[in-house]
Amino acid sequence: MQHRPKTFLIGALACALGTSFLAPYLNPYYLDVILTVGINIVLAVSLNLVNGYTGQFSLGHAGFMAIGAYASAAFTLFAAPAIFPNANGWVTQAVFFLALLLGGGIAAAAGIVVGAPSLRLKGDYLAIVTLGFGEIIRVLLRNVDSLGGALGLNGIPFYTNLFWVAVWAILTIYVVLALVHSTFGRGFLAVRDDEVAAEAMGINTTRYKIIAFVVSAFFAGIAGGLYGHLKSSIDPKGFDFMRSIEIVVMVILGGMANTRGVILAAILLTLLPEVLRPVAEYRMVIYSLLLIILMLTRPQGLFSFRSNRPSVRTP
Amino acid sequence: MIEFLQQIINGVGLGAIYALIALGYTMVYGVLRFINFAHSDVFMVGAFSGYLFSRFFQIESIFGGVMVMILSMGLCALLGMTIERLAYRPLRNSSKLNVLITAIGVSLFLEYSFQIKLTKPLLFPALFPVKSFLLPGGIILSSTQILVIGMTLFLIVLLQYIVLYTKIGTAMRAVSFNPTAASLVGINNDVVISFTFGLGSALAAAGGILYALNYPSIEPLMGVLPGLKAFVAAVVGGIGNIPGAALGGLLLGVIETFVNGSPYSTYTDAIAFILLIFILIFRPAGLLGKVTVEKV
Repeated sequence: MQHRPKTFLIGALACALGTSFLAPYLNPYYLDVILTVGINIVLAVSLNLVNGYTGQFSLGHAGFMAIGAYASAAFTLFAAPAIFPNANGWVTQAVFFLALLLGGGIAAAAGIVVGAPSLRLKGDYLAIVTLGFGEIIRVLLRNVDSLGGALGLNGIPFYTNLFWVAVWAILTIYVVLALVHSTFGRGFLAVRDDEVAAEAMGINTTRYKIIAFVVSAFFAGIAGGLYGHLKSSIDPKGFDFMRSIEIVVMVILGGMANTRGVILAAILLTLLPEVLRPVAEYRMVIYSLLLIILMLTRPQGLFSFRSNRPSVRTP
Repeated sequence: MIEFLQQIINGVGLGAIYALIALGYTMVYGVLRFINFAHSDVFMVGAFSGYLFSRFFQIESIFGGVMVMILSMGLCALLGMTIERLAYRPLRNSSKLNVLITAIGVSLFLEYSFQIKLTKPLLFPALFPVKSFLLPGGIILSSTQILVIGMTLFLIVLLQYIVLYTKIGTAMRAVSFNPTAASLVGINNDVVISFTFGLGSALAAAGGILYALNYPSIEPLMGVLPGLKAFVAAVVGGIGNIPGAALGGLLLGVIETFVNGSPYSTYTDAIAFILLIFILIFRPAGLLGKVTVEKV
């Protein structure tokens, strides 16, 4: 993919269109799991741009996801019926696309608001501030009555389908990889590897950090929109601190700054709770034990095989 | 004015509990430089072990209450040391993020293994005799508040004594200052770190029991929010700094109580984080923390 990015993009999008015709033949349960996997790939790959490639530890990804979910759901629930009365077929799809873009856009704007003050901080402090912002967003949403308050929004139309999830997953992977492998994008890695040296070389580190934050928030917002239109109801509790942790775990388990590994980890960690469903009451206990054991035995991430790669320096 | 004083008293009562939990965070951060996410669940285990031990002693008596507290603190100290030995020590030399994720794993493990058996919240018994005192001017002071504030003060003074005037305390400060140099002068870092976890976990258990006396419904996720807020308190006070953690806890408790009494009470849970963001933007090292300069 590094060598022919555009060919990859077009090929993958064609595949997405092709597979989307298979959706009606799938068992609804499997389809739901596959869609969740896709949404988690968007979340994990976009967070990897901040946590892995730029080396800034963010714990607030669920907050951006919440903003995207609420903005796009509010658009399809309140604004769309007024602008496009009795919409059907292609128009609904276009409305959904607009809603997703709106959700992503507002999340990206929130990324600037959050990023600008907090990126003066480093390491653990940044982690805590992003965590704090995530919680503040959640408490704010709980207090806005027009968005349903603590009950959240219900009856969101079921627009999310295999096509849209596949398209956005591919776009996220493409944008993150193309960005990081471009001349401009080397700056992200420089910021991660040594911030002081990067600054000495004339790299505007704050600008890179904010760009990483905004791009990642945009895709988190898109993922939120997809999630809302999949589950048909959203509430502030669904976007709590644990949700952010889940995404961070995918990034770390996949191996930081290793997009392929992160995709695999997102798939694995979405399927794991489903596979453990028969032992329902013990499944989260098993999940947490596996997490501890994996960290103890493969601290470099489950899917990092190159040993000569310099280890990711953490602030 | 009366209402103001009453709110201050209530706030100090809540803040004292935050302070107790914050001390554990700040001490572990001091020696290991990492956020022990499992700390808030040790706090929860403390409350549950208090519930368990309360069956063996007479409740609503001072002796029984003190015994329950001491036993729970001991049990949680053991738990904290076990967690450190099994989950954190093997990762001593790997990236801090890995330890952070392991800590999150331990935290989830404790929460969910308690949830298997406990699906309903339990009612925490009144360990100590309960009385309310009417102070001149109509301020109400309950014996639980006196207990919480008194106990916290006692534990903080004890902790400060251990850290400043005992051999192991000196070793703790040495490890916190420079782990390599500490091991060069013959300090066994592992023992010191283990001791720090034990001490912090014992304080969390005390916090858990005092919290349960105030809010008697206990459940496996009870530690999450107080834990996060106590961590904020530790950062606000200057992480790694013991009086700072106490100050941060008190400040947060008082502010939260005032917001809770105002028309904006639904925003109470966000206040801690807003305070945190302001502190980190304007005084990143915390109120009492030392400003360090990054050297190349």
